[in-house]
Amino acid sequence: MNLSIERENQRINTNRVVVSGEIDVYTAPEFKKNLLPLTELNGGTLIVDLTKTNYMDSTAIGVIVAALKSSVKHHCKFSVVGLTPRIERLFEITGLTELIARTQVSGGETND
Amino acid sequence: MGTMEDGPQLATYRDLLIRYMTHESELVIEESEMLAGFLQEQGVSPADLVAMHLEVMKQTRALDHATLRSMEFLINMMAGYGREYWEHQELKDKQKQLDKEIDVAAEVQKALIEGKVPHCDFADIGAISEPAKKMSGDYYRIVNDGKRLAVTIADVIGKGIPAAMCMSMIKYAMDSIPENKQGAPSSILANLNRVVARNADSSMFVTMFYGVYDPVTHIFSNSSAGHEPGFYYSAQQDCFLDLEARGMSLGLAPGSRYKEWARKVEPGDMIFLLTDGVTEIRKDRDFIEREHIIKLIRRSMHLPAARIVRRVLYELKKMQHFELTDDFTFIAMKF
Repeated sequence: MNLSIERENQRINTNRVVVSGEIDVYTAPEFKKNLLPLTELNGGTLIVDLTKTNYMDSTAIGVIVAALKSSVKHHCKFSVVGLTPRIERLFEITGLTELIARTQVSGGETND
Repeated sequence: MGTMEDGPQLATYRDLLIRYMTHESELVIEESEMLAGFLQEQGVSPADLVAMHLEVMKQTRALDHATLRSMEFLINMMAGYGREYWEHQELKDKQKQLDKEIDVAAEVQKALIEGKVPHCDFADIGAISEPAKKMSGDYYRIVNDGKRLAVTIADVIGKGIPAAMCMSMIKYAMDSIPENKQGAPSSILANLNRVVARNADSSMFVTMFYGVYDPVTHIFSNSSAGHEPGFYYSAQQDCFLDLEARGMSLGLAPGSRYKEWARKVEPGDMIFLLTDGVTEIRKDRDFIEREHIIKLIRRSMHLPAARIVRRVLYELKKMQHFELTDDFTFIAMKF
């Protein structure tokens, strides 16, 4: 797994995390360690870019869920881009897509 | 390696070695085995033993330079090799112990979820659940209280031991909801959602489908918490439909509410519920599509429900070269 964090200059507290390679049970802890602090920037925006990710297992989805929950808590706008159709379907069915949409409304003010 | 003290260990070894070199005998071999056991107990390492051998040889023979050097080399080799060997051995022992503990845990878990399929006058029911590894994050429960048939299927997103522990929590939460048998699917899921949101790790969530069938009205009502849609087979139209239901997975948002769906299920109709391996995603590989599962069901749906589930599982495993990548649970209900 290779992880790069880009700070998008035009707006403060807008971060894009680009993950390339594989996120599995071995690399997920590092992914989590880097991702969670970025969700705690109150009123910030976090974009997780999975376009270059060629494998993710359920542990990776767990990290994204933890980041999403933390974003909701800290009013951080959270989004994931570059999902494969299959993961997108999983996000849709499980309700993750809806939860992500909620963070977009005034930086995720809803908590339920 | 320092100079060898002429202690009792060395003396015994020298004695045995000389006897062996002068007149080879079975007895010496036997004694050497005993000595080996004793030396091992005393913590003598393989390298020490070779050093002992060299010492005795030096005392009793005039060794040429090459032999001497080769023996010294062997002592150094043994020191490194011995360390590696024992470390590996120790890891293997630890691994064995862990494996044993997991076996015990898996047995406990199996006893917990071993879903009995109740006898039912109005439906033929079959259920099967198989973990990908030793422990499963899947759960199912089928209860017939005489008036209504309640069926639950759940999938903890995650694998192995953490998922299994979360599953046990679900089981106890289900058991502790008093209106379990009579409650409306939507309220059961709302209750469970609170339990999971409060108690599970933030990276964990659970998908669940809960359905209730009333044999008098023939109404099947259900709610879903983010669970993979099941299939409804209409005998009259001879077609499979998605058992559509939507809702937030358990543990994602504290106050989630759940909608309820209802449909009339006529005699001859069937309902199939499943958990699937959607969480294991690889871009460069093919996946089992829902249409394919329907094809598998069609091929065996003339059989009793218990045989349908066994056969579909077998076919799915065959496609994955008999190695499930995710826990799999499958329930068939023929009305």
